[in-house]
Amino acid sequence: MNRVAITGIGIYSSIGKNLEEVKSSLYNGKSGIIFDPERKKFGYQSGLTGKVENPELRGILDHRSRSCMPQQAEFAYMSTSEALMTAGLTREYLDLTDAGIIFGNDGSALPVIEALDTIRETKDTMMVSSGSVFQSMNSTVSLNLSVIFRLKGINFTVSAACASGAHAIGLAYSMIRHGYQKTIICGGTQEVNLYCVANFDALGAFSRLESSPAEASRPFDRKRDGLVPSGGAATVILEDLDYAIKRGAPILAEVVGYGFSSDGTHVSVPDTNGQIRAVTMALNEAGLDPGKIDYINAHATSTPLGDQAEAMTLNRIFGKYRPAVSSTKSMTGHELSMCGASEVVYSVIMLNNSFIAPNINFEEPDEFSSPLNIITQTTPAEFDVCLSNSFGFGGTNSCLIIKKVH
Amino acid sequence: MEKEEIIVAVNKFLLQEFEVDEKEIRPDAHLKDDLGLESLDFVDIAVMARKRFGITVKGKDMLSLKTLGDVYDYIHRLVQMK
Repeated sequence: MNRVAITGIGIYSSIGKNLEEVKSSLYNGKSGIIFDPERKKFGYQSGLTGKVENPELRGILDHRSRSCMPQQAEFAYMSTSEALMTAGLTREYLDLTDAGIIFGNDGSALPVIEALDTIRETKDTMMVSSGSVFQSMNSTVSLNLSVIFRLKGINFTVSAACASGAHAIGLAYSMIRHGYQKTIICGGTQEVNLYCVANFDALGAFSRLESSPAEASRPFDRKRDGLVPSGGAATVILEDLDYAIKRGAPILAEVVGYGFSSDGTHVSVPDTNGQIRAVTMALNEAGLDPGKIDYINAHATSTPLGDQAEAMTLNRIFGKYRPAVSSTKSMTGHELSMCGASEVVYSVIMLNNSFIAPNINFEEPDEFSSPLNIITQTTPAEFDVCLSNSFGFGGTNSCLIIKKVH
Repeated sequence: MEKEEIIVAVNKFLLQEFEVDEKEIRPDAHLKDDLGLESLDFVDIAVMARKRFGITVKGKDMLSLKTLGDVYDYIHRLVQMK
């Protein structure tokens, strides 16, 4: 079995458009949440959202490339360009390899709705531009980036709700571990616009703390009242460790465990049994006892039930060890299909810069979160091993263990 | 509609949407070799023609067009037939 290194990371999110900005936000506990009055006018119950600006790709990518890319593919282009740069992988080098791509994405609402609005209005499919179909597919990110970066290896998209990005990394890890690929660009992305979470808002799952956007996402806190939708893109370059060392790549960390499971119980209510199986599988794969985990980047989204279930899972497995826990969603909001990848990027940033980012807005625990060692202030820490949890609708669970390489 | 109006609209579309090099815009410019257009781009030209001139461009007709002058003539012919 091959060891799997993280040689590059890139990020484009509500708390920064690149690694430097995001590192600073994580360190300073800066929120990326705003109140968007347009959402209220549109009919949302909550006007809260992560703010992610559209990148300007005119002059960077040609017309054909741009016309096929929806917002989340543009985000992913930005994060992937940064990740390739940190990994020291040029397009010319990629041309000589069979590098692949596995990206997490679970929807493309904006282009689908815009195209159908046009067709409904004109009763004419010939009024829809040529790029629309490529923008509308769930696989839009992997299909676009594979062409732009001229990739020749594995090429597909993982759709697994809010665990999409984490499963993408887990699957890429498995492919490299088993020797099928040397290099895989993986990650997760999520569009941020008026249309993509309107029906999610219908469930009443979003925070209503509109008067204080930066305080709205409060994972594990007793007064949490819902998640804040957000998005962007995160990219992780995974490589066979020996291969990466031979080409002189920076070894930012190592993926040592991937655990997965399905609750098989409910579309939206998480089940601790499923979560426990996924965390345990990741620990077993890594050959680590729970006491060896230094930091847990929790999935905790700031919903009452979700955070309660994860707190129970963490108490059950890690109870007496009390590793440091924080949910970076307290700053970013819930990045949905991106979050499993972005939280690996956030964790690697912390790992390589010797600090643990705070779970901001955690003021008062409830009975489930009170036993946890939740980090509320930025904490300097030399640490080696972290666990990143992702749990999605439909009970899809994905847990990744990341370790520093000495 | 005068043909000049069609020429101006098509050229503007190519410059703004396809970022075609202005120096390459001339009636004898080859659509693929000089302007770098491909079959998917013809779909967008058809959408533009439908919106701007209210005509229905047929895909197979578009594929037979070789030069920018052919595009001007083809659209002009359809506009006159309306």
